[in-house]
Amino acid sequence: MGLRKQYGDFTAVDGIDFAIEPGEAFGFLGPNGAGKSTTMRMIAATSTRSDGRLSVLGFDPESHGPEIRAQLGIVPQADQLDEELRVIDNLIVYGRYFGLPLPYVKRRAEELLEFAQLVEKRKARVDGLSGGMKRRLTIARGLINSPKAMLLDEPTTGLDPQARHVLWDRLFRLKEEGTTLVLTTHYMDEAEQLCDRLVVVDKGRIVAEGSPSALIRQYSTREVLEVRFGSSRNEEAARAIEGIGDRIEVLPDRVLVYDDDGEAAMSAVHERGLQPITSLVRRSSLEDVFLRLTGRSLVE
Amino acid sequence: MTELKPYELLEAPAPRIRGPLRGLYAGNTRSVVARGLQVIAKNNWIVVMTGFFEPVFYLLSMGLGLGALIGSVSFYGADVPYAAYIAPALMAVSAMNGAVYDSTMNVFFKMNFANLYQQMLSTSLGPLDVALGEILLALFRGLLYASGFMVVTTLLGLNLSWTAILAIPAALVIAFAFASFGMAVTSYMKTFQHLDYVYFVMMPMFLLSATFFPIEVYPQGVQWVIQAMPLWHGVDMIRQLTTGLIQPSIGIHLLYFGVMIVLGLWFTTARLKSLFLR
Amino acid sequence: MSALEPGSAAPTRSGWVSGDVDHAAVAGSARAWGWWYVAEHRIRAMRSYVASWALIGIGSPFLYLMGLGLGLGLLVDANQGSEGVDGVPYLTFLAPALAMATVMQTASQENTYGVFGGFKWFPMFFAMNGTPISAWQIVVGFQVSVLARVVLPLAAFAGVIAVFGIGDGVRALLLLPIGLLLSVAVGFAVMSWVATQTEDRGQLSFIERFVVVPLTLFSGTYFPLETLPLYLQWIGWISPLWHAAELGRVALYGAELAPGMVLVHVLFLVALAAVTCALSIRTFRRRLDR
Repeated sequence: MGLRKQYGDFTAVDGIDFAIEPGEAFGFLGPNGAGKSTTMRMIAATSTRSDGRLSVLGFDPESHGPEIRAQLGIVPQADQLDEELRVIDNLIVYGRYFGLPLPYVKRRAEELLEFAQLVEKRKARVDGLSGGMKRRLTIARGLINSPKAMLLDEPTTGLDPQARHVLWDRLFRLKEEGTTLVLTTHYMDEAEQLCDRLVVVDKGRIVAEGSPSALIRQYSTREVLEVRFGSSRNEEAARAIEGIGDRIEVLPDRVLVYDDDGEAAMSAVHERGLQPITSLVRRSSLEDVFLRLTGRSLVE
Repeated sequence: MTELKPYELLEAPAPRIRGPLRGLYAGNTRSVVARGLQVIAKNNWIVVMTGFFEPVFYLLSMGLGLGALIGSVSFYGADVPYAAYIAPALMAVSAMNGAVYDSTMNVFFKMNFANLYQQMLSTSLGPLDVALGEILLALFRGLLYASGFMVVTTLLGLNLSWTAILAIPAALVIAFAFASFGMAVTSYMKTFQHLDYVYFVMMPMFLLSATFFPIEVYPQGVQWVIQAMPLWHGVDMIRQLTTGLIQPSIGIHLLYFGVMIVLGLWFTTARLKSLFLR
Repeated sequence: MSALEPGSAAPTRSGWVSGDVDHAAVAGSARAWGWWYVAEHRIRAMRSYVASWALIGIGSPFLYLMGLGLGLGLLVDANQGSEGVDGVPYLTFLAPALAMATVMQTASQENTYGVFGGFKWFPMFFAMNGTPISAWQIVVGFQVSVLARVVLPLAAFAGVIAVFGIGDGVRALLLLPIGLLLSVAVGFAVMSWVATQTEDRGQLSFIERFVVVPLTLFSGTYFPLETLPLYLQWIGWISPLWHAAELGRVALYGAELAPGMVLVHVLFLVALAAVTCALSIRTFRRRLDR
């Protein structure tokens, strides 16, 4: 409630309110620097808040950090694996940090290797793993203490499309088994795929809240027409097509026309005698929601 | 894939530490030590082992070469052969170097590149668990070096009294003091160049702390400065033990290191907390 | 893309895309001066360290000479009587060798972590290789930049020697060329090995531990090499430090050597530099070509 985090003069998180229900997949969507990671670190009790109230699993992170961290699984943005240890030892050693008994941790580590599809990499060095494997190992590591909730900071940033899908599949399974997922992302497709509910964050504030589909319905049209006229002519062309669709956004490289019927909007553009270099009709996404709310593009 | 069956899963036990250490200490230092020993055993035991040679090289070179030019040196009124004079000093220096290397270079790397402490502190471990664990590892290394060096000096006949055996625990005390302080100092460092300054403090201590010649060659003022430095206390303490010329001042040396250890631990824990749990 | 075809003017070329660069001229000057661009790059990067280097570069000769040297000198000269060591006071005997030992250590460190890092931690060499600069120019330019690093402590040693009357101030200046020669020899030698290493499992620290420190200790730095038993003297003979230290002693106080030995010392250092330079170029060429 009214959560704030200040670093000197810089306010990273500026009074946000949210509640995450057990078992749900909750997302923080926003561009880099919006304050998502800082919020995550405050939930994980590795960052003290400057102001406001925060209760995690019934504890105050200020006074009960170790108790909270004992029940959380953390997947940081940079994997932060132990490069001096082999794959399996990364899991075992991490489990020991929680004070879990060694025989238990060993057995659990084997199970999690299977879950992360890394059995054949059991004895491999960490620095030789691909980005997707490292991330899966980090997720497996975060599960070693059977956490009540998983905190995932940008889980698929920097991964190739195939690795992302493998990872999403693993996260889906966790969700199906009832694990609470809290994740940050600046990918709208990821938020749409994984989150039951999300908040859109910008400059340390929450600008909208709801399920992905509700947000799209509320802040955008069903379809979007994207047209390109060449970098120097977009502004001019946008003036010429004014009035078509519900709303027009001019980006440096393209013009977006919001209309429930994209094809109709396209015909209208042609009727005005304009010949875009490329054109494309697509469904609205969270990207459009973000653009609407902040006037800026999500991935800049 | 195996189904993850919730009923057979264990939850991490909540730390049972109460009082002023709550939130700082989870009573699980051994997991940090275990991780360090595993890395030594599997990856870099050769690197660790080779650290033992440096003082031996110094002893052979200075003892043989300079010893021939110098002869013997007076220590608390007794004439001590030059090699026997510098051997205990090299042991103290080696304890200092090992501890400082472990707590600066290694810790700097773990803090800034390997993100090891971020990993540890995102579990139920507290900063004091981490600090103690790292220091114990440095001590383990110090124990190896001190024991190895003791074997060499005994074979060369440079230990003049049975009390020399006490030099091993004394070396551990020195290492403990330097390691507990070194980690706190490292936490202020941002670039590799800052590490240079550590060596700028260590080098004069190494060269001037009665390591290779008595400090009486200096004017009184300089002597006081040197005597305020920890290494001089370490050198004099171990030299008293290996030569058997034990003086009441050994109590002051021990007190000096005791204070250094307590202050260092407190300082390091506070720094780790403010760095990683802020 | 028309911009890639030589001679054809690209219709939409705007200044900040390709500029008015004469690419043929760039290639030509890189062929001749590429090694200097490499050195310049590294010297520029060094500027942020200048403060700490100045502190250490000026502080260490003072400490080693006025702290260690003076103290040991009192003990040695008291025991050796009026003729001192090698016919001069111990401090005078020690000073040129300590200057050379510092050069060896600095050159070795720069080449260990600079070369390994240039391939691995901050892969500058690959970036350079993507420009018209070639492998031999990286190798040579790197070594030139190390000279810029080494000259500071060398000058500081010469300064302390002159100011405290350890030796003749003018003759102390002769330590500079000798030190630079040593830096090149040691630098290329270390580089030729480090460049072959693709992963650091701690072996990089072995150079300091098993080469630099033992060579410093057994190269007649702190005492005449002949003081050591014969079975240890060979370490000095193969040590670039001993050769440079002997030259330094001739330069500073006219130490008397066997006839022809000055030439032997110089030739040893030159030969070491030449051979390891060639090896380094070969390794760099292979490693950059992948």
